[in-house]
Amino acid sequence: MKNCLVVDDSKVIRKVARHILESLDITVSEACDGREALSQCQSGNHDVVLLDWNMPVMSGMEFLQQLTATHSSRPKVIFCTTENGLGHIKAALDAGADEYVMKPFDRDTLESKLQIVGVL
Amino acid sequence: MKEIILTPAMRMLTELLEQRTGQILSENRLWRIETSLGPVLRAHGLKTLDALADAIRADASGAMGTQAVDALLNNETSFFRDAHIFALIGDQLIPAAMRHAEALGREKQLRIWCAGCSTGQEAFSIGMLFQNNRARWPDWRIEILATDISHTAIARARSGVIPQMEAQRGLPVSDMLRWMEPEGDDWRISPAVRGMIDFRIDNLVAPQAPTGTYDLILCRNVLLYFTAERKRALFSALARYCASGGALLLGAGETTIGLTTDFTASPEHRGVYRRVDPA
Ligand SMILES: C[S@@+](CC[C@H](N)C(=O)[O-])C[C@H]1O[C@@H](n2cnc3c(N)ncnc32)[C@H](O)[C@@H]1O
Ligand SMILES: [Mg+2]
Repeated sequence: MKNCLVVDDSKVIRKVARHILESLDITVSEACDGREALSQCQSGNHDVVLLDWNMPVMSGMEFLQQLTATHSSRPKVIFCTTENGLGHIKAALDAGADEYVMKPFDRDTLESKLQIVGVL
Repeated sequence: MKEIILTPAMRMLTELLEQRTGQILSENRLWRIETSLGPVLRAHGLKTLDALADAIRADASGAMGTQAVDALLNNETSFFRDAHIFALIGDQLIPAAMRHAEALGREKQLRIWCAGCSTGQEAFSIGMLFQNNRARWPDWRIEILATDISHTAIARARSGVIPQMEAQRGLPVSDMLRWMEPEGDDWRISPAVRGMIDFRIDNLVAPQAPTGTYDLILCRNVLLYFTAERKRALFSALARYCASGGALLLGAGETTIGLTTDFTASPEHRGVYRRVDPA
């Protein structure tokens, strides 16, 4: 079974994402900011991270940069954010994000993005 | 499940749909017939399906019936739907069609028909796939005809504008950046891709839009709710427009088997049906 770390400061979003991911037979763990996500990545072996951009303590972008700098092999990273502008999307890809989901999203979108990054 | 009792108005509307498009409403769509027609009712200030049925009978122009039929059609689609099929198109079917055309000394052009294209995502996906592989096929052109009976679907496809929610369904973000531009909250297909496709309103019950023959015909998730008799008629129409050596692609759960001898299931690729040359 695949593992997904859902990183979002919104409890509601984490709950929605968990619901969708579990329906796709994916095991879910949660973190509510980038720092917490980093420490989970030290110990856990996740296949994919669903990553919010704007969060307190540490943003999604900072998380991605640190994750990439410290891990030679890292999980796939799918940004999932309300930052829907071209500038943000390009910056995310430049920083090494594998996919990008614009909020609001639905099950079909998430499922297809997981297929695209090869997790499903 | 509880049996659905059709009111006379519901029966009239489902018959109109069947007559015009060949589509039979599946049970779960039958349950939602009133919801599907809600926008049409509201647009004309009508309160009930009975009132709509009366209005359709009274409307000599037929426009009212067209709107109702449109609203009852299932337009569900997404980019690269069943992604492995598009990989197959790019890796095998297009190269094979090119070799075939070259062997016949034809000009370097392939023709593809998306029959039942809905709001365009299937045709746009082929356009993107082709453009992504330009370097492999430098002097080839692809002409795509994309047809659907739904006026609203074709209007949307022609506009090339995709709402955000649908823009990311099935579409890799790299293709989105490459072949779309943001337009407010929506996304617009680039001219390079949009320009490859001719979108036409056309009924598969009696196609008028196709001309000549096509190397590849996609008719996916369209004939699921056709009667066997309609499927047979459709396959012989599709065979007329399928080039010798060409292929027909159907959706998952659709088949030509037992319905036509004009196409035969490809032994190696599921969902692909080869044109059988007339004896
Ligand atoms: C479920 S969509 C499939 C779209 C696309 N081929 C795909 O697989 O994603 C089916 C489409 O077939 C169209 N359709 C149904 N009956 C038709 C007919 N008789 N002639 C042309 N189009 C038809 C509908 O309007 C709808 O847009
Ligand atoms: Mg947030």
